[in-house]
Parts: sequence; C-alpha cells; structure tokens
Amino acid sequence: MKRIVIDPVTRIEGHAKITIHLDDAGQVTSTQFHVTQVRGFEKFVEGRPFYEMPGITARICGICPISHLMASAKACDAIMAVRIPPAAAWLRELIHCGQFVQSHALSFFHLSAPDLLLGMDSDPARRNVLGLAAKHPELAQDGIALRKFGQRIIEAVAGERVHPSGIVPGGIGQPLDPEIREEILMGLAPARDIARKTLQLFKGTLDQFADEVAHFGAMETMYAGLVDAAGALHLYDGAIRFQDAGGAVVQTVAAERYADAIGEAALRDTYLKAPYFKPRGYPGGIYRVGPLARLNVADHLGTPAADAELAEYRQRFGRVVASSFHYHYARLIEIVYALERIRILLDTPGILDTHVRARASVNALEGIGVAEAPRGILIHHYKVDEQGAMKWANLVIATGHNNLAINRSVEQVSKRYVHGDKLEEGMLNRVSAVVRAYDPCLSCSTHASGLTPLRIELLDAGGRLLDEIAT
Amino acid sequence: MPQKRSIRIDGELVQVARGETILDAARAAGRTIPTLCHFDGLRNSGACRLCIVEVSGSNRLLPACTTPAEDGMAVTTSSPKLTAYRRMTIELLLAERNHLCSVCVSNGHCELQALATSIGVTSVRFRYRYPALPVDQSHERYVLDHNRCVLCSRCVRVCAELEGAHVWDFMSRGIQLRVVSDLDQPWAEALACTNCGKCVQACPTGALVEKGRAVEEMAKRCSQVAQVAMKRGAPR
Repeated sequence: MKRIVIDPVTRIEGHAKITIHLDDAGQVTSTQFHVTQVRGFEKFVEGRPFYEMPGITARICGICPISHLMASAKACDAIMAVRIPPAAAWLRELIHCGQFVQSHALSFFHLSAPDLLLGMDSDPARRNVLGLAAKHPELAQDGIALRKFGQRIIEAVAGERVHPSGIVPGGIGQPLDPEIREEILMGLAPARDIARKTLQLFKGTLDQFADEVAHFGAMETMYAGLVDAAGALHLYDGAIRFQDAGGAVVQTVAAERYADAIGEAALRDTYLKAPYFKPRGYPGGIYRVGPLARLNVADHLGTPAADAELAEYRQRFGRVVASSFHYHYARLIEIVYALERIRILLDTPGILDTHVRARASVNALEGIGVAEAPRGILIHHYKVDEQGAMKWANLVIATGHNNLAINRSVEQVSKRYVHGDKLEEGMLNRVSAVVRAYDPCLSCSTHASGLTPLRIELLDAGGRLLDEIAT
Repeated sequence: MPQKRSIRIDGELVQVARGETILDAARAAGRTIPTLCHFDGLRNSGACRLCIVEVSGSNRLLPACTTPAEDGMAVTTSSPKLTAYRRMTIELLLAERNHLCSVCVSNGHCELQALATSIGVTSVRFRYRYPALPVDQSHERYVLDHNRCVLCSRCVRVCAELEGAHVWDFMSRGIQLRVVSDLDQPWAEALACTNCGKCVQACPTGALVEKGRAVEEMAKRCSQVAQVAMKRGAPR
C-alpha cells in the first residue's frame, strides 16, 4: 500500500492537506481530507460580554467576516430579545449581498479561474491569478472590479472593508447615507455587466470539463440551505431546508432549532468536525451546503435575471444538480442574484430610515443566529449568564457542513485521476481543484489562521514517502 | 505675593508659580509631554512614567507630573533616550495584560493606543503575558475589564477626589495589583458607588466602559470630567 499526501492544498482559505492511499497495484483505496489547525474561539470567548461577540468572531476570517458578523449579531439580537428595526435588517442584507459579490468573485476569478480558463494541466507556475491576468487581462480586471464593488458596499455601509464595526447587536451602527445609496446604484450596472459576461464565458467552457463534471463530487447527498416563507433563496434569514438527493424536501427547521436536525461528529486526523443530518445518522446523513445546495433547495431565487439563469441551469443539469463541479456555475448565478437584491434593497422605501438600532440588555440566556455565508449555512449559538457574560459558544461553520462531501469528492477524483506511484502535477491539481470547488474556508471551519497552502504526499504500503508535491 | 520659579524647558525660559510641576511648566511653554495617568484637575500619582524628562544635574529620569519646578532647573522633554524609555514603557503596558485593539470596545478612542501610535510603537519586543483576568459585569450600566486595565489609578482618584465616594482602590502588590471596588466586592454590591460613571469617562482604555457598547463604540468623555475637576480648583 502506498500513500500520497497533498500538503498544503493551495488557493483555498486556510490550511489543509490530503492523504491518498494506494494499493500495491497503484490503485486508490482511500483518501482523507485533513484540516490542520485549530483556533479555539469557542473556548476563549468564555467570560467576555456577549455584545463583543460580533467584533471578536469576525476575526475568525478575513474573507467572510460579514457572515460571522451577521450570525453573531443575530445571536446577540436573540439574547437581547429584540426585533431589530426594518431598515437595520435591510441594511444588514445589503452588506451581506456586498460580501457575496466580493467573496464569490474572489473564489471564481482569483482562486478557481486559473484552473478553469488556463487548464487543469497547465504550467503550475503560471496557473494563478497573475497567469490569468497575462492571458485574459480583461477577465482578471473584471474580477478585481467586481470584488472591489462588493468591498465598497461593505465599507460604505458598515464602516470598513474588512472587519467592519457597523454591524452591531440590535441592528446597524449608522443609517444609510443617501449619497452612498446613489453611489452604489451607479456601480450596479457595470457590476451586472461583468456578472453576465462572466456567466456567458463560463457556460461556453463547460463542454471541456465533461469528465470533471462527471467525477468532481458527482454523488448523491442531501442538500441544506436557507429559504424564506415562500421557498425562495434567502441569504440573510429564513428556515433551514433539508432536501434529499431526489429533490424532495425532507425537513424544514426554524433556524433556532438547528440542533434538532444537525449533529456534529468529531473525526480522527482532522480538526474539522463533520456535521450530519441527525435523522439519518453519521455518515449516512451527509449533506452539502453552499451555492450548489442553495440553488437545489430553493424553489426559486426571487429575482428575475437570476431566476432566468436558474431555469437554464436546471434545464441543462436537472432539478437537482449533483456534481460539485457546478458550485462554480451556481456561484456565478448567485452573484447575479446578489446584485439584483442590492437593487431591490436600495429601492425599498424606508431604506434611508434613521432608526436602525434597538437597544436592550440581557433578556434571554441563550441566542442562536443563522445566516448563509458564501460557503453555506453559518450558525452561532451562545449561552450567557444573567449579567451578559458568555458561558458557552458553538459555531457551526459553512465549510464544516461540507466536510463529509469534500472527503467523498476527494476520493472520487483521486480514484478517477490518480494511478501508480508517480505523481503527475495535473492529476493532483484536480484533487485540489475539487476542494476549491467548495471554496472551503478552513480558517473559519476550525475557527485556524495563517497562510493558505495544500500539500500532497505519496506513501507506500509501509508508510514510506514515495513522492511529494506542494501545489 | 506669589513666588515665581524660573526654569528652562528645552532651552526656553519659563516662569511658573510655586508648587507647579515640570509638566505645568512644559505646557506653559507649549511643549507636549506624553501622559497617561495624569488627569487634569486630579492629584498626580506618577504611576505610568510616560512623562519622564531629563533634568540637568540629576542622573535619573524624573516624572514631569510629580516633580516640582524649581529655580534654575534645565529640563529636556524630548530626546532619543526619552523616546526609547517611553516606547519601552508602552510596550510593557501592552505586554502586561490583554490589549488586542481590534476587538476592544475602545478601539479608535483609546489613550494607550493613541500614545503607542504617536510614540511609534509598531511591535512589542516582550512576550505577551495574556493573563486570564476576570471581567466584572455585575453593574447594571458599566463593566470593568481587568484585562484592559493599565493601573493608572485615574478611576481611583476621580471617584475619591471628585465624586467623594472612594469606591475604587488597589489590592495586592506587583504583578498581582488590581483595582477593586469596596474592598473587593462585585461592583454591583459596592454600596458607596453612586453610579455616576466618572470613573468610566476618566479611564484611558477599555477597562471601565459602558455596558452594551460594541467593538469601537466606546468613546469616553474625559474632557467633560476634567472640566468639572478643574472648576473645583487646584488639587491639594
């Protein structure tokens, strides 16, 4: 038996490695996706005043701090037992949509486009955003522009681009400035053009990836995502809907009842826990979250252009899209959706209301906040004492939900592309690329820090290292 | 007739009244000496050592806030040596407890942070101690976070001298030193406390804060408390 280890996995957020075991004939027998850091946020927040939690937990991540701010602020709202002013809820969703635009743009243009547009087997030295800029300068610029637009919304409405201070327990720090509203409206048209153009380009490349589509996590799992009362996609609020592989709704739970449906298994060899759908047990309760899952569970998206794209997407791949390769496609459709939502929110009468914050102290000793992070459902669950000091926290992170699915996808891709005892860069890049499709945020998922690489090792039956590649 | 004292501040001749300090003289000369524990209108304690100056004829660095100005003194308020010591003092304060600005309610409104920036502290060469100190959240309106306290004693003095309640004082010695309310009772049980909040407004960091302020939201109203203290007359 031989073993290949990919350590570190590159172009992802956080640290991970992959181990691939081969039998004596050089065939893949098993694989394991490991997340190699632990951070301990849940422990060291104990004793802090609960209203500091949004500021503290936002530091879990520099890519999606907004998701943590949302889930955390909502958990704090629940502890205060307040109904936040309508304008505050709209502004939170506006900021959240800004984040989806920037985070999805980062995932697609900066992290995955090098694989998709330069080729899985292209020269690894150039298979990065700089290589992309050299070959497709306009596309790279579009990616940067789209990301900038999303970041600007966050900065203008919440205070800062990364780790903004304007999302607070009870609402939002500042009302929306009418000039900022105008500025964002002005920026929408060019952003929409980029999103539309990129979708067209991506759709045109899909035929080249028929083999990847068939093997990148093309599997039967359940799916989970937030939907509103009408069954439409909702990024900021809603109930958690679980759907089976055939498309039937299995269960819809109110966000605060998440523990009824979601169990968490602790695994050997990785710091990342593996959530599963409780009624089906572990590991049978495997489900996926994130763009692919959201587009599967939602009846519709609720905005015209995105719904038109969704119709075409479902026409091509069916009502339930099973290949994780299509996370990319779903992500691009969600950018279209987020841009449309931004327009709708800015046109909502009352968006400029100056009452944007409810104030209260501790009125409930427990609070749960749930929102869709770009990578999937994010849950913050807090318990406090009567003075408001944190006694306990549980954070269920988007990437965690996908842990089982990423593992299974890595196995599927390895079995398809990895053979023998000599590593080829292109084959290992596919193993990394399937991880990238999920846009995992590992620093979030183990609440870990630092650089963002992935490494693959090949070991023989005796555990001897045969070959090694850092991708 | 008040007796005047003549001293030189960075070479400039300044006249000050008897009883005034080097800090008073420097301010009269338009010089800025960094201070942290000093609070206008309250007695000086000389606790933080940031206002150290060089005085000719003395081989020690002296705190400007507690050293009386004397005839013929020649004082240097700024030099590479002073900057090096002041920077080290700030670094030691930062290393002693937990001053992670990014998640502090006083981020952007903190005197320690502002001093560190102005003195050029870009890194701390000492190992952070990260003690796990308690946070007293018992009071209905205010919070005491020992992790952010620099032991400047401004709360102790403003409560004793201005409010006249003397709720706060120090307990223990050395590294164990910490501020306590009413002989180490939870703040909510401190019978002497009038809930006036002067200690909160006088606190230079995020140690004493208003409850419910999220990260970056705790801007203090130091100058208003100082104005009241000044109107009361010079501290004796």
